[in-house]
Parts: sequence; C-alpha cells; structure tokens
Amino acid sequence: MNKLTLLIFLAVLSTQASVLFSVTHAKGPDSVKVLTEVRKEQLIHMVKQDCGSCHGMSLKGGLGPTLLPEDVKDKPLLFLQNTILYGRSGTAMPPWKIILTEQEVLWISQGLQRGTFIKKNGANKQNNEQIAQGNDHEK
Amino acid sequence: MKNNTIFNFATFSLKVTISSLLIVTLASCSQQFSQEKPPELSAKISKVQSTKLRATGDMGVIIERATGQVKIINHSDKAALAEISGLGDLSHASIVFSRDQRYAFVFGRDGGLTKIDILKDKVAKRVIQSGNSIGGAISQDGKLVAVSNYTPGGVKVFNTETLELVANIEATVVPSKGMTKSGKPYRSKVVGLVDAPNNKFIFSLFDTHEIWIADFSAGSAKDDIKITKFTDIGSFPYDALISPDGRYYIAGLFGEDGMALVDLWHVEKGVKRILDGYGKGEKKLPVYKMPHLEGWAMAGDYAFVPAVGQHKVLVVSTKTWQHVAEIPAHSQPIFVMAQPDNRQIWVNFAFPDNNTIQIFNTETFELVKTLTPGPAVLHMEFTPRGEHVWLSVRDSNEVQVYDTQTQTLLKTLSMKSPSGIFFTNRAHQIGL
Repeated sequence: MNKLTLLIFLAVLSTQASVLFSVTHAKGPDSVKVLTEVRKEQLIHMVKQDCGSCHGMSLKGGLGPTLLPEDVKDKPLLFLQNTILYGRSGTAMPPWKIILTEQEVLWISQGLQRGTFIKKNGANKQNNEQIAQGNDHEK
Repeated sequence: MKNNTIFNFATFSLKVTISSLLIVTLASCSQQFSQEKPPELSAKISKVQSTKLRATGDMGVIIERATGQVKIINHSDKAALAEISGLGDLSHASIVFSRDQRYAFVFGRDGGLTKIDILKDKVAKRVIQSGNSIGGAISQDGKLVAVSNYTPGGVKVFNTETLELVANIEATVVPSKGMTKSGKPYRSKVVGLVDAPNNKFIFSLFDTHEIWIADFSAGSAKDDIKITKFTDIGSFPYDALISPDGRYYIAGLFGEDGMALVDLWHVEKGVKRILDGYGKGEKKLPVYKMPHLEGWAMAGDYAFVPAVGQHKVLVVSTKTWQHVAEIPAHSQPIFVMAQPDNRQIWVNFAFPDNNTIQIFNTETFELVKTLTPGPAVLHMEFTPRGEHVWLSVRDSNEVQVYDTQTQTLLKTLSMKSPSGIFFTNRAHQIGL
C-alpha cells in the first residue's frame, strides 16, 4: 500500500468515525451497533427509490414534501425520526418502524439534513461513489 | 449525439411509391447506437439498417429512471435499438405517443417535457415547463399535449408540433398553504390527467378536492377553452383513470374510502361516489407505495382494482360500480393490468414485496401463477395483441419478456434501473 492510499484510507476512516460517534452520542447505548457500509448503501438506495416515489428521487418533493437539506435542516432531529418511524396520520406518510431500526432512522434523518442523499452531479454518481468507497474498504 | 440521417428525397419517394400499400410511417433508419451494445445486438441493428426503413408500430420506449435516459426498443425483435440521454429526473416519468407513432413525449419529474423522434433516435425538442410535474396526456386530435404539474400547481398545454405553450390552466389557490418559495400563492397539485373524447382533458386537484374538465373542442385560444369544475369530490384524489371507452373518469381518494366517478356521457349528474365504505372496520396496513390507477383492468362486466393498504385485488361491477368480490393477493397491489384479451390480470406489488408478480384468471378469479422476476418489479406492458408482456425489474437492471399464455420467460434485456415501459400502440388508445 503506498502512502497516498494509506492517507485516503485514514481520511475515510476518520470521517466514518466521526459519523459513528455522533450517532452513538445522540442515541446512547441502544445504538452502539455500527451500520455496515453495505447496509448504508441499501439505505441510500431505499431513500432515493422508495422514499423517492413520493418525495422525488432527488428529494425535491412530489405528492410528499421536499426533503432537501435547506428544507429539513432546521427541523428538530427528533421530529424527522418520529415522522419516519411512526408516519404522519392524515397524510400518505407511512410508519417505517417495521422496516427500519431506530438507528437506521437516525442515520437517514441526519443524512437528510446533511444532504447525504443528493449530489451535485446527478443521482447516479453518488451511488457509484458509494460503491467505489465500499470496494476500497474491502481491499 | 451524432445523427447521420440524411434524407435523399428522390430515393425516399421512390421507396414510398414502391411500398405505397404500407400504412406505417417510414423513414431512413438511424445508425446511432450506444457504446455498450453487445455484439449480437449490433448484428440485429445492422440487419434492420440494411433495409433502410423502420416502421414504428412495434416499437416502444422504456424509462431508465436513475440515469435520465430512455431506451428505444422493438418488441417484435425483442431488441434495444438506441438510447437517448439527458432527459433529467425521470423518477415516475411517463410517456404518450403522437398519433403517427413517430414521437414520444416524455414527462419528467423535474418539469421537463421532451419530444423524442423514435425514427431518428434523437431529441426533437425539449422544454422545462415547470418545477415539478407528474405525467401528461395527448389530445384526441393529436395537436395538444398537456402536462400535470405539482409546482406550480396546474396544467400546461403545449402545441405537439412546436412545444409552444398554448394554455396555462392554474389550479385553485390553497390559502392555508401560504406562499411558495418564489413568493406566489400556493396552488393545488394536479394529478390523474387524462385525455377524453371531444378534445378534452380531465384532471384532479389533490389539495382542493376537485375534478376539472378542460374542453378544447372549440379551439385553444383563451376564450375558447371551457372549464367545468366539480368541487367536494372527496378528500385528496391522488390518481385517476379513464375507462378504455372514454366514458368514466374515476379518481382514487387518499383521505377516505371510496372513489369519485364522473360519467362523461352525463356530466350534468355530477360526481358519484363509488365503492363507498369499502374497507370500513378493517385495519389497514402501512402503504409504502400508492397504487397506480392507470391501467386499471376492465374485463367483461368487472373492473379489477388495487386495494389501498390491503393484500387484495377488488372486483367491481362496471354496471353498479359496487364491490362484488375480492381476490386475496401476495401483498398490496400497485398495478392491476388486464391482458389485451382480458383473460388474465397481471399484478405487481408495493415495497417491500415488490419482487413478485401474480397472474389471476378474470373469470374464476383463481391464481394462475406467482412469478418472482427479481427485486423491484415496477411496471408491465403488453404487446398490442397480448402474446407477450414486458416487465421492468429495476434493481436487477433488467427488462424481462414473458409469454402470457405459459407465463415463461422468453428473453432478458439489460437496462439501467428500468421503470415505465410504453409501446407505441398507446398512440391510438383513449386515456393512454
């Protein structure tokens, strides 16, 4: 492994560690389990494709409201988590608690605020980047 | 994109004379094909090219939703012919065809309206007509294409030739929603837009619970367009369909049980509530994907309807519009589609059970077969006379072609996140 690869590897690791830290910090001992890269990819796919069927694949909104960072970043994290976990009665938003864990919902809520699911260069690019990153880890 | 189609008019007219009995549209075939075509496909394309003619009656266009592309296909050869890029956000995109079956109008999610020339494999025209849209329709005379918009809420109508704006029908203002980001009053989202006989468009207003008929039969100048509004039709119509004969417009209601029906032969009778009270007292399951109403199967005296929030296909009498039976199904149905011969219905399902297709007999309501084509089966399209059905399997990046009689897999085509499949025979069907 040359120096550059090592550096990139460490950089990626530290980013992940900080994400992880904030997750465990916010949720306490219940969510100490780490979300695997594979699961994160699945969640990204699910947000784009399945949340996307109402909120738009690029999260700009559809029958459901827009979920772009500028629209959700000022909303309390707990509000986003509760909306995803339990749905909103009187609207088409279903409860996802039978499909997602609380930890996964937290990760998605934070991702919505940070813009994890939207990328400047089109929807597909990010998926590729994610997959590429995943491969790097396996090496 | 390279397009080397050059018309030699002398040759062309000679060909037209020779083949004057052909009623199909003819043109020189494009040689444009994308890089990643497998060799056998290229061979097939060369064969088509050698004839220099391409009829469009057995063609179709498939949405590749994640990459903003579409594939042009031929369903006789079960082959992909070309790929068109740069169409924007195609989640939930749909297509209507010009009456000469040469142009496909693609309605993107981001307000993009693209006219694709499927003879020349290229974009003929493209406009961004709104911020967020959800499908459209083409008029009976083929001269107008209408788009249903979420932002700003309303319907925009364009000249099919030029894509110039002909009419802008703004939806009702929703005062409780305040202003939009651009500082204009928020207008209701428009859903369930279809064409109807006598050059009409019909659509539903999601936020204000209305159905509107826009009549273009007297012309498309502002004073010639006649709009009929039905209010209080039921809460939150989320999608609609028109019966294949163009008589009944039916909107599904999200906010309550039942549906709203307009009999276009008797609009004076107003909106009738049908299937009222269906599902009362039953605990509904969470709905992760609302069913689609377009492609509602009508066979004999029955309509087969996807139940919302239940693992059932509802059977409805088209005489009384009452629910007469229900068919237990694998999960919550999304599309319930009848084969062109109406003998069987094919049903796909909502997330997370969307790897499955079920086929039911329309006479006995018995389950014929359960197929598992793969992850995320999103859409189905039958060939015009129904011997084959094409299925898009989004998450395995495939379109699969099945024999409808034996339900066996005939061919798999590789596509990128395929969703909607649209064959050109839709050009001649009311409501499609």
